[in-house]
Amino acid sequence: MHPASSIIVFTTLSSAGFGLMAWLGLGIGPAAPVFGLVGCGLALILASIGLLASLWHLGNPQRAWRALSQWRSSWLSREGVLAVATLGVFGLYALLWVAGAGRHLPLGILAALLALATVYATSMIYASIKAVPRWSKSPTPVLFLSYSIASGALGFMAVALGFGTVSNAMMAASVVLVLAAGIVAFWWRTRVGQIGLDADGSTPETAIGLPLLGRARLFEAPHTSPNYLMKEMVFRIGRKHAKKLHRLAFAAAFVLPTVLILAALAIPLLSAILWLAFPVHLAGVATSRWLFFAEAENVVSLYYGHC
Amino acid sequence: MTSLPQSTAKKLGLVIDLDTCVGCHACVVSCKEWNTSGYGAPLSDQDAYGASPSGTWLNRVHSFEITPSPKHQKGSACGSAQPKTQLVHFPKSCLHCDDAPCVTVCPTGASYKRRQDGIVLVDESMCIGCGLCAWACPYGAREMDKAAGVMKKCTLCVDRIYNDNIPEVDRVPACVRACPANARHYGDLADPTSAVSQLVAERGGVDLMPEQGTKPVNKYLPPRPKADMDLPDDFRLAELVAPDATGFLGWLDRTLEKLG
Repeated sequence: MHPASSIIVFTTLSSAGFGLMAWLGLGIGPAAPVFGLVGCGLALILASIGLLASLWHLGNPQRAWRALSQWRSSWLSREGVLAVATLGVFGLYALLWVAGAGRHLPLGILAALLALATVYATSMIYASIKAVPRWSKSPTPVLFLSYSIASGALGFMAVALGFGTVSNAMMAASVVLVLAAGIVAFWWRTRVGQIGLDADGSTPETAIGLPLLGRARLFEAPHTSPNYLMKEMVFRIGRKHAKKLHRLAFAAAFVLPTVLILAALAIPLLSAILWLAFPVHLAGVATSRWLFFAEAENVVSLYYGHC
Repeated sequence: MTSLPQSTAKKLGLVIDLDTCVGCHACVVSCKEWNTSGYGAPLSDQDAYGASPSGTWLNRVHSFEITPSPKHQKGSACGSAQPKTQLVHFPKSCLHCDDAPCVTVCPTGASYKRRQDGIVLVDESMCIGCGLCAWACPYGAREMDKAAGVMKKCTLCVDRIYNDNIPEVDRVPACVRACPANARHYGDLADPTSAVSQLVAERGGVDLMPEQGTKPVNKYLPPRPKADMDLPDDFRLAELVAPDATGFLGWLDRTLEKLG
């Protein structure tokens, strides 16, 4: 599937923003209003940039508000509704905190649950597309949620770093969460490696409705030039570097942040390197999101000589 | 509303005969011609006269070569190891599925399936052009129009079939009207007595990718089995139509035959 840059920015940054909201909503960390201002501000900025980016690729973004209407059937619509609700509830929680009225834990927990529900809805947009077996036949929601929780934890640590309140416990917890997300990412990758276009039994033969006649091979494509379907659904650019990119993404998203935190834990003098953990992690997540889309193929490919 | 109707009164759709389709693309061109000036935004082209032209089409013809599986394989052609293959021209447009995944994913309500006749349509004034419906369709039946930024798809020529301003004979989808091989048939597939339903029953009409669970309305008629001519390996068609030589050439022909 075509890895539109807007969708990569969206899924990377909003996932980190909502993850950070989940951690801030739980009421951990300093209660000072200025901590709330920076932390909640960062979370809201990340989520908002992500959501705005998702509008870039629309053909008619001026009608985007309509996307809030079909929550009964559409995961994309549900995601929109949940995102707006999360921004509203978390915004109120942040406002009260920054205004000096303290942290309202019930409100914070509600915001945290809504934030994770939004990330779940994002993952279901892809997981509900049966025509893309890699997404629908694998535990895609687990992947998205674990990325979000890990990104949020590293974002939280970055904010705490600014206030000089990073504790050893926080660093240890971040290492555990980042490693857990890494294990989930590795597990998901091994799972999807075995999911081909034929996961539901679809082949070039069933695609043309003639499974009993013999082997079907595309003899002549409908047009001499690539079309919208081929650009969107039969995306194949960059596959030859997929393995290298996977290693780079894995190293940046999980291994490097872990090494940085462990080094800072071991040698307190090196604690400045902790600043690198969050941006390096985000770069890794963005790369793995690119692969998430670029490597997935739609069964439409069967009409274009792929199987 | 992008929830699908429980059932539709009619199931208007196409039956496409893969036996008689000659792959001439007349349906493709007539579809583009009608629909670029009919329902909704025109079907735009990009770089139409340049090095890499592309454009929006609602109907495309793919051609497949089918190599029979061993049990269907009878002898070999031309005495070589080449199996007898069969060419199938395969026109593809929206199948107006009963369980259309493109409709339920639409976040705005622009995509819908009509309760009265089962046609799947896009209300372009509500479409935001997110492209998710095209991703959800396993058949590649939806294409984003790059100029208008809205999703285009086969409307079953909804602006022809109910159009009282055109002669009755034209009140069928443009592709059906244009097909010179009579390979495209239009009708109500919910009515078992309709001509299309009977055609499907007679010829064993099939669904495309039934495993995707979309329950397509459009059906395809498989090619009829090819006549098994069991021809000798050194068969030459030209000899069957060669004229009998007479006079001097006839004498020469007979003499040379005798020489072996």
